[in-house]
Amino acid sequence: MITLSHFLILSAILFCISMAGIFINRKNIIILLMAIELMLLAVNINFVAFSYYLNDLAGQVFVFFILTVAAAEAAIGLAILVVLFRNKRTINVDSLDSLKG
Amino acid sequence: MAFELIIFYIFSTILVGSALAVITVRNPIYAALFLVLAFFTCAGVWLLLEAEFLAITLVLVYVGAVMVLFLFVVMMLDINLAPLKEGFIRFLPVGVAVGVIILIQMAMILGPENFGLEKFAMPVGQGEDYSNTKALGRILYTTYVYPFEIAAVILLVAIIAAISLTLRKRPDSKKQNVADQVKVRREDRVRLVKMPATKKDEVQS
Repeated sequence: MITLSHFLILSAILFCISMAGIFINRKNIIILLMAIELMLLAVNINFVAFSYYLNDLAGQVFVFFILTVAAAEAAIGLAILVVLFRNKRTINVDSLDSLKG
Repeated sequence: MAFELIIFYIFSTILVGSALAVITVRNPIYAALFLVLAFFTCAGVWLLLEAEFLAITLVLVYVGAVMVLFLFVVMMLDINLAPLKEGFIRFLPVGVAVGVIILIQMAMILGPENFGLEKFAMPVGQGEDYSNTKALGRILYTTYVYPFEIAAVILLVAIIAAISLTLRKRPDSKKQNVADQVKVRREDRVRLVKMPATKKDEVQS
């Protein structure tokens, strides 16, 4: 029998993997965006699992909205990436220092 | 061991393995393909949780749209991969350390003996005539109708933002200006030239 902690720990593992992915792929924006998508997926697993075990559909509605926002975020992020590559001919995070922050 | 548990372990092993592959492979195209595998497997996990509509949505929206967009962008950009992997070995220990620490903390909290999670009994399955899509649609169009419309507006904003960011006017490309073509007058194009008539013999001479 699958318990709630199975799903929660699965999503925790997924979240930690994407967290480590952000650390070890600091130069590559594309992999960073993919790691963010994985994080959102981990959160969504939590929502769906709680929705199932609490017998409440509101969790699935929340996942629906998170999917919407994640799709919008991916589209805008990739558009920014394309514009960035067009202007600087690279997507290396280290070369994005024109704001002198 | 129950059949569902075996399915769950198979799917979660594939999910974790493909997630690890996403963050470690050198080529971004392979990373995108492994991310597709991760999303697909996650849709399987959601089917175990009886969220059929969201599982299909995940496959359609993520595998069908977002990941194709990712692949498109990755293939469109001419990326030099060598400098992007420079810090990989250097940041590997700290990344693994942070990940493992967070994982241990979360496992301590979420473990079945600490959180009282056994109080969440296994819910009884819905009947045969229960439709997840119908129930979700009913709650989405009544209770959550305003958030639903806001989500639609967010998607519209994303469309406009993506188009306006990537649209560029190239000075060297030739295109027709429809407004100029429509508002043109006869006087701008036609010129009547008055000249005396000539005879055939005069032209030949």
